[in-house]
Amino acid sequence: MIDYVLTTVVRALAVGTPLLWASLGEIYAERSGVVNLGVEGMMILGAFFAFAVAHTTGHPVLGLLAAAAAGGAAAFLHAVVAITLRGNQYVSGLALAMFGLGAAGVLGRGWEGIPLLTTLPEVSALTYLGLGLAVVLWGALYHTRLGLVLRSVGEAPAAAAAAGVNVILVRYAAVVFGGVLAGVAGGFLSVAYRPSWTEGMTAGLGWIAIALAIFAGWDPLRAVAGTFLYGALFFLSFRLQAQIPPEFLRMLPFAFTIAALAVMARRQRGQGAPEALGVPWAPGER
Amino acid sequence: MKRLGPVAIEPVAAPSGAWVLAVSAGAVAAALAASAALFWAFGLSPVAVYRAMFAGTLADPRAAPEILRQSIPLLLCGAGLVVAFRAQFWNIGAEGQLLAGAVGATGVALFVPAGPWSIPVLFAAGFAAGAAWSLVPAWLRLGLEVNEVITTLMMNYIALFLVEWLIHGPWKGTAVFGFAYTDTFPQPAWLPVIPGTHVHWPTLAVGLLAAGGLAFLLARTRLGFEIRVLGQNPHAARYAGIDAARTTLAAVVLSAGLAGLAGAGEVAGIHHKLLSPSQVSAGYGYAAIIVAWLARGHPLAAVLTALFLGWIFTSGDVMKVALQLPFQVTLMFNGLILFFLIGSERLLAYRVRWTGVPRAGAPALVAAGNESTAATGVGGAHRR
Repeated sequence: MIDYVLTTVVRALAVGTPLLWASLGEIYAERSGVVNLGVEGMMILGAFFAFAVAHTTGHPVLGLLAAAAAGGAAAFLHAVVAITLRGNQYVSGLALAMFGLGAAGVLGRGWEGIPLLTTLPEVSALTYLGLGLAVVLWGALYHTRLGLVLRSVGEAPAAAAAAGVNVILVRYAAVVFGGVLAGVAGGFLSVAYRPSWTEGMTAGLGWIAIALAIFAGWDPLRAVAGTFLYGALFFLSFRLQAQIPPEFLRMLPFAFTIAALAVMARRQRGQGAPEALGVPWAPGER
Repeated sequence: MKRLGPVAIEPVAAPSGAWVLAVSAGAVAAALAASAALFWAFGLSPVAVYRAMFAGTLADPRAAPEILRQSIPLLLCGAGLVVAFRAQFWNIGAEGQLLAGAVGATGVALFVPAGPWSIPVLFAAGFAAGAAWSLVPAWLRLGLEVNEVITTLMMNYIALFLVEWLIHGPWKGTAVFGFAYTDTFPQPAWLPVIPGTHVHWPTLAVGLLAAGGLAFLLARTRLGFEIRVLGQNPHAARYAGIDAARTTLAAVVLSAGLAGLAGAGEVAGIHHKLLSPSQVSAGYGYAAIIVAWLARGHPLAAVLTALFLGWIFTSGDVMKVALQLPFQVTLMFNGLILFFLIGSERLLAYRVRWTGVPRAGAPALVAAGNESTAATGVGGAHRR
């Protein structure tokens, strides 16, 4: 029994790790006022580049760095469209998700089925690093000047600009940072969690990471709690396959997300979201 | 107004049709160029890629029915999304609504005694099932202000696993041995096709009628007027006494129902059974977002943009065979096209006008006045 509980906790941690990294990144991007729905695309690009680099060089850590770079570069594209060109953030993010899934599928042809010889241990560095990161990001968000600047840019960009903040720069930095974390989240999948490259291996985790950011009320520490909840949900869905049709279990995280958003909406009633979330801003605008 | 040599760039309230067309064509061309760069980086000659793409589609008369066949679901989903987007409801769930429609139609085909009524009944079931799939996100949005982008997306995955469960479980065919699909539909539930092709014309006809009907609805009816006002200015709509919930719901149900019809058409017109979700839809519901975006708020324009996306899908299939590229090449194209479309949207708020060469001594670049931020066509989702 204790074994069972322990296994569940450890596995929940492992499954939850990519969700945690990706949703921490999304929380920071959204705190700056920019929605990035491209998490799924950034993650899968991260997963592919991490695998390709780790396999070529034999160093999983180099793979993770490549994943971070790929996620950051993809997020930069979204930043250009969403911040500079002031395009519709929701649709731009969707485009990024489509593009990432497509490009990773094309690039990854021929890399499938190859095992990775040197991998990261499953629950280790990135899980603990992620937990530490959540605490650091929480502290930075609420107790540093940088966090104040980030929040003010997401709440009232015009006021922040009047106070001398470079709104555009802060938004770019937050969105690219979010992409870097999403890239690492994807890299974790291909060099640690399931050390191999499979087309479509993110399997919707990116979308759940976005929902988790909302569910957590854009608070890094609450994202940790949500991560374990989802991790446990995913793990149980593997465990209960004998009793319940696996398709229903795989539906569960998505159905749960809808339910959770409904419950949160009832509680938050529009509060908690950065005031300027999703609204493009141009210098000089009030 | 900005002056670049002899050209003046000035803000406009509503772009001209020619300018919209020029910007859209430019965005598509830029997306194809960006894909070319990616192909080159991948070690494929972009010239060879585009030559294969052109030779296998536009230059090959046998490809025309294939383009048409793939345009059918894109038209049904896309024309509906135009209306939902006009009402500022960001329905990203056409994919799931299409799958739900396929499930509804399959239920009728397999379990309702077959007869001449089969086709109308299965279309009705497809519409109803697709519409039903949108009700939870619509209710959450209207009742609790939950962002529909996320919830409609989640419903796509739920529909996907629902189909998986049905074909592996309760609806698994009795005569299919190890395969995961249902029994073949009885003949009366097969949609007729244009001879020698896979073009199931009743669905095509419904799609064209829907595009025309929705254009009429938006332009000439009270509901259409309400949808337009609500989409342009929710505050004005409230002052005008427009019931926002009822109006939005109507737009959403129409859009989701049409996506459901698309699903019914795919299973009853092509496969004649329910099979794996990736075979029922090649991602039509997601690509329909591009169809709707390109159509710039006009359901009839979706006929053309659906044909264009149908061409992209057919091109992807051609490249799969000719260059052994995976099917995701279509997804890559679609993503880039959408990306460049959104990125170029701001250009629509401006007009480029030839003003002649400025006098010597005049500053080459004069920036004055504030930039117009006029939202054009389907505007921004400035709401959580």
